[in-house]
Amino acid sequence: MAPIARYAQGVSILRLLRRPPQDGAPAIARSGKFPVWRWVILLVAGVYFLLPLYAAIRFAGFKAFGSVFTQPGFAEALWTSIQISAMTWIITMALMLPTTIYVHLRLPRLRAVLESITILPIVIPPIVLTVGVLQVFPTQLKATMWLLGIEYVILAMPFAYRSIDAGLRSIDLKTLTEASNNLGASWPQTIWRVIMPNLGTSLLSATVLIVALCLGEFTMASLNLVTTFPVWIVEFDQLNANISTSASIFALVVTWIFLMLIVTLGSRRSRRTGAGEVTLFTVTANTKTIGES
Amino acid sequence: MATNEAAATTSAAATDVAAAAAVVAATTGTSTREGTSVSLRNLTRVFGATRALDGMSLDIAPGELVALLGPSGCGKTTALRIVAGFETATAGEVLVDGQDVSGRPAAKRDMGMVFQSYSLFPNMSALDNVGFGLRMRKIGGAARRQKAGELLEMVGLSAQAAQFPHQLSGGQQQRVALARALAIEPRVLLLDEPLSALDAKVRLQLREQIRTLQQRLGTTTLFVTHDQEEALSMADRVGVMRAGRLEQVAAPDELYDRPATAFVAEFVGTMNRLPGSLGSDGRTVTVLGSTVPVQDGGPSSGQVTVLVRPENLTVAPAEGGNGIVFLRTFLGATSRITVLLSGDLQVLVDVPSTHAAAMTPGASVQVAVPSDPVLVVGAEG
Repeated sequence: MAPIARYAQGVSILRLLRRPPQDGAPAIARSGKFPVWRWVILLVAGVYFLLPLYAAIRFAGFKAFGSVFTQPGFAEALWTSIQISAMTWIITMALMLPTTIYVHLRLPRLRAVLESITILPIVIPPIVLTVGVLQVFPTQLKATMWLLGIEYVILAMPFAYRSIDAGLRSIDLKTLTEASNNLGASWPQTIWRVIMPNLGTSLLSATVLIVALCLGEFTMASLNLVTTFPVWIVEFDQLNANISTSASIFALVVTWIFLMLIVTLGSRRSRRTGAGEVTLFTVTANTKTIGES
Repeated sequence: MATNEAAATTSAAATDVAAAAAVVAATTGTSTREGTSVSLRNLTRVFGATRALDGMSLDIAPGELVALLGPSGCGKTTALRIVAGFETATAGEVLVDGQDVSGRPAAKRDMGMVFQSYSLFPNMSALDNVGFGLRMRKIGGAARRQKAGELLEMVGLSAQAAQFPHQLSGGQQQRVALARALAIEPRVLLLDEPLSALDAKVRLQLREQIRTLQQRLGTTTLFVTHDQEEALSMADRVGVMRAGRLEQVAAPDELYDRPATAFVAEFVGTMNRLPGSLGSDGRTVTVLGSTVPVQDGGPSSGQVTVLVRPENLTVAPAEGGNGIVFLRTFLGATSRITVLLSGDLQVLVDVPSTHAAAMTPGASVQVAVPSDPVLVVGAEG
């Protein structure tokens, strides 16, 4: 997770730099000094993020990239990781989307409680979680990707909750659901046709974070004896460090392209429907009210 | 119902609407459909220690527009939401055409609602918003688009069919919301302060448009508002609410001329409060030096407060009169004169502006009560 999360932050910083000062933005954004600081931040962050990457590329050498895909175990490990990602995504969304909507509509006071519950997986070390899970789960599931997927659902919960929560806060959930119900839509129809399309980018953010998590997590996978992509990289490192390093760079690049795609799609979509701007963790509500024009 | 006359007297825009409505009526047969009656029986809603609704009963005739008027927190919105199915009553029932709908979920009530806040689905164009209810009723693509197009035409927004809600003004959004609510040919139309977020001019236009459409389609309508002008100008009958109960339900003119209680009298229009004393038989009251008959329903003896509307008082310049002009406000055809009477009592009197010239601040005037029956309440009330 860690290097990919850093990339996610890098994307946000890039967006911050690109965005021109807007009306109503804090005064500092309009002052002449701020762009200088922007460039300083960009430079420092850039060096911090890119230098290790450069070092890795230098170390791996360009020849190694070509041979990554044909290495024994590469395809299987990547496929396992993709399957686990899909499974984690499906279970997480199926659990968190209705739960968060329900809490927003009916139990708004529980929001703080839910938020602190979803923080727990971050606070508790993965090793503790894994040992606990291995104690209680049936033997048949142990060392399978199914069990690992279920464990990842717990790890993914904070990210999914935060994204969905931010998305729900950016829309008038109560009025939209009531309007939808009033026009004859059932709850599943309301979630599918009204809520989810308007959460668009926040669901995409949740997806990116879940996929990034599943493609990057090592500790749990290793303890569960499942050869996921990161586990394969570490194991293969013993055989050929150059190829293993280029495989991890490959993973980073793929994730990065994925993130950029989401951010681009997200802003195009919100321009069309006038929704708030969506970054990975936050949704900025569009403050210009429609009635004013 | 005299819909034709009503349509003929309204503006050119409204005639367009009427013509378009006739098109829709011809294709859907809405104008010939029997209206739906709605009855609220003893509705009570308790939130913790507060009774938002306290045994409210109301009968709405087919095709009628009833406005619920009252200050915030009087329970009018709660009543509407119970009818819509968004809230459940603690006790009492809602009958639609004589059938209790209390157990039916909102999605199955066939009621069109226009909300106070903008409620269009941001991810759908105006046309798709209007077609949403039809889609939920499994009406196929072409038929749905045609019907939605007709309704957009009816509210005068054909040109905006492909636009998304954020590209529409507030007034346009509420018109699309109205078209969306009417598209499902609802048995009952529910309007929850649909105009309160709009500016004054748009509000006035939309008010006329809603009323014209409602009369054309003959849709039974329950309309919630805190704006008395809106209620009086649009509704067939107005129900004034206070603390979860209906104080009075009556036609607008009756409500204004013969308010049943002091609360109604003062909530609807402007009222002067003047001290008076009842005659021994309780049928007359002496106020500002003259003795006038009393409307039924007040206290029967002692010191009372007399309620008189500004247009029912008379004022004339007079040397040594009973008051001094304090303020003169020009309102167009009439002017409102604020007169200071003895005992620090202020009254408002409306006079034709042509008569107001002599009544400059500081002028001595005589204020009098005409001999029409007046409403009296206990002195402390």
